[in-house]
Amino acid sequence: MSNYLYILWIPLLPLATFVILGLFGRKYLSGIAGILGTASLLTSTILSFVAAKQYFFVDGKVNGIFQKIVALKYTWLEFSPNVSIDLGIIVDPISVMMLVVVTSVSLMVHVFSLGYMKGEERFATYYAFLSLFTFSMLGLILSANIFQVYMFWELVGVSSFLLISYYFNKPSAVAASKKAFIVTRFADLGFLIGILILGFYGGTLDIGLLIERFTSIHSTQFLSITSASFLGASMLTWGLTLVFIGGAGKSAMFPLHIWLPDAMEGPTPVSALIHAATMVVAGVYLVARLFPVFSMDETALTIVTYVGASSALFAAVIACTQTDIKRVLAYSTMSQIGYMMFALGISKNGGENGLGYMASMFHLFTHAFFKSLLFLGAGSVIHMVHSNEMKDMGGLRKLMPVTHVAFLIACLAIAGIPPFAGFFSKEEILTAAFHENKIVYGIALFTAALTSFYMFRLYFNIFWSKEATVAAHAHDAHTSHDDHSDHGEGPWVMKLPLIILAACAVGVGFVPFSQLVTSDGAALETHVDVVFSIAPVVLSVLAILLAASFYKNKNEKSDKVASAFGGFYTAAYKKFYVDEVYIFITKKIIFPFIGQPIAWADRNIVDGFMLLLAKTTAKISESIKGLQSGKVQNYALYFFGGVAVLSILFIYIWK
Amino acid sequence: MQEIPLSQILFVSTALFFIGMYGLFTRRNLITMLMSIELMLNAVNINFVAFNKFLFPDNLDGLFFTLFIITIAAVEAAVAIAIIINLYRSHNSIDVDDATEMKY
Repeated sequence: MSNYLYILWIPLLPLATFVILGLFGRKYLSGIAGILGTASLLTSTILSFVAAKQYFFVDGKVNGIFQKIVALKYTWLEFSPNVSIDLGIIVDPISVMMLVVVTSVSLMVHVFSLGYMKGEERFATYYAFLSLFTFSMLGLILSANIFQVYMFWELVGVSSFLLISYYFNKPSAVAASKKAFIVTRFADLGFLIGILILGFYGGTLDIGLLIERFTSIHSTQFLSITSASFLGASMLTWGLTLVFIGGAGKSAMFPLHIWLPDAMEGPTPVSALIHAATMVVAGVYLVARLFPVFSMDETALTIVTYVGASSALFAAVIACTQTDIKRVLAYSTMSQIGYMMFALGISKNGGENGLGYMASMFHLFTHAFFKSLLFLGAGSVIHMVHSNEMKDMGGLRKLMPVTHVAFLIACLAIAGIPPFAGFFSKEEILTAAFHENKIVYGIALFTAALTSFYMFRLYFNIFWSKEATVAAHAHDAHTSHDDHSDHGEGPWVMKLPLIILAACAVGVGFVPFSQLVTSDGAALETHVDVVFSIAPVVLSVLAILLAASFYKNKNEKSDKVASAFGGFYTAAYKKFYVDEVYIFITKKIIFPFIGQPIAWADRNIVDGFMLLLAKTTAKISESIKGLQSGKVQNYALYFFGGVAVLSILFIYIWK
Repeated sequence: MQEIPLSQILFVSTALFFIGMYGLFTRRNLITMLMSIELMLNAVNINFVAFNKFLFPDNLDGLFFTLFIITIAAVEAAVAIAIIINLYRSHNSIDVDDATEMKY
């Protein structure tokens, strides 16, 4: 077994960058902050590729099965000899795969930000936060202990909060960051309780041990957790469902998705990194990490399946109606994560039945590349147009050729057109769904068509539609922003990541994923069934043609269709009123009936008790303060009196 | 010559001690209070010498303690008088009742 300890440096380098830039960045390093952050991340990226090569192709495999290797274990908090919180590094197919994804997407975003964020006043702070995020995400991936996962989980939440509210003088950004933090915190409460339930019955917080104990049907831990029940469901179901709620909060699954579209208030590269490619898939990763345990419980998996499938469909419908390009992408992210979730839900552990698991991880992998490409492309467009609204765009294909091609490739990839990356992973998901659950397959197929439609609606609206009015628009911007004059498509640091990611969006589909990442570590035979692929691809192409006929040239068709759908269109445009429901529940039910009574109790009972204590103390001290007269002879008198009393006591009473 | 018994010496020292204590409590003048403290210290000295002579005639421990106490009393007088001088400079008085700023 060779040494994987160098993996420790992968998260530590961004941490060091965060500390350095956080402490000294604004004053001393603002000039080189971007270069410093990018350089340290480049090192991390190279290390993760080295680790991936070593693990997948040199020594990860023993007898044809990829091993779980614990590269580092350090007992941090020991509660009892059996229960301790360890810090560790776990090396297995999914963690190595995620390492590569996170570091490379993060690197692309770092490079892109060099151009996008140029001239920002808090440039160094931005890079410090990016490094903090990268550190936390890498730590989350490598965690060998479920409590360690939780700690990094929260750190990821904090850095997401900091980055969403990067433009902190914009009230909407502040509101969005608070919303993101509170909603995910709320979900994390479920996660924490879930961890405690699993830890209580499993007698350990170590992921490997937990899996080992809960997957053997005869172990005492498994028997105790399945025999204990609460409200008609076994504790295993409860624990896993609560853990899944945490994951659903982070991954923006319905109905905890409301924070994700608002989180688009952050800088666009941040959206690409956090709210598209890495942090939001943490929930999927968590379920995958604990998948052997999930596979022991049918109910929890069913919940995962239907939450995933309904989120996929729901978000896709909303995405068709939104006009803010980043919001369209946000809903598309939610929809794709829904795909990953239900793919996990319909999967079984091990062997041929583990296809869903492998497909989910594959989709996570390809999605990270094409979705970050979409976001960075959108960032490039926004950089040029200075607006997020579709109506301000159109005809940009000649003005930004590189972005145009990259965006088109990403759209084709997400639409699942061969040979782009999304085709392969989506194909695996659909195959798995077809074999396991026909209802989910139907939803998935319909969602795939919707995905193509809304992505190409976006594409045609940005790059075709009307003729480029942007030239004049951008010209106006020139007069007001002198530093932005002549920026055209942006500097090469903004184009380069687009080109690299576009290459990935084409190429990563050919990675022999089923050989590398499977539920049980053994290679899985998959083949692309041409007959099976016809239905989704034809549907996607039809959806693209439909989008082309609606939006390629400006016409009235789309408005007519929208009015034909009437109320349904309005509802989707208003995001099915989920936000309103939340506001109704919080403002009309929770605040007056729970919040205010608690506030009253706090003010009158808790505070009242404390005030009573304080007042009593004040009264007593008032009555005896005369003793402290300030007269030295009184003090001497007390002293001698005390000595006299003590001597009497010692002489006559305690002989 | 007839030897003076221990009880009489102890009577003198006790009397001296309580005279000093009385002075400490009743006088308001700091110098007089200091003198009363010296009286109490001397009462202690007499006790040491007397017990040394009657209980352990072969040792000189008690006498050494007396020497220490005399030294300390001298040092204490120096410090106390310095304090009193400073008090006089700030309050124009060496009456303890005038120096009550620290009460409560």
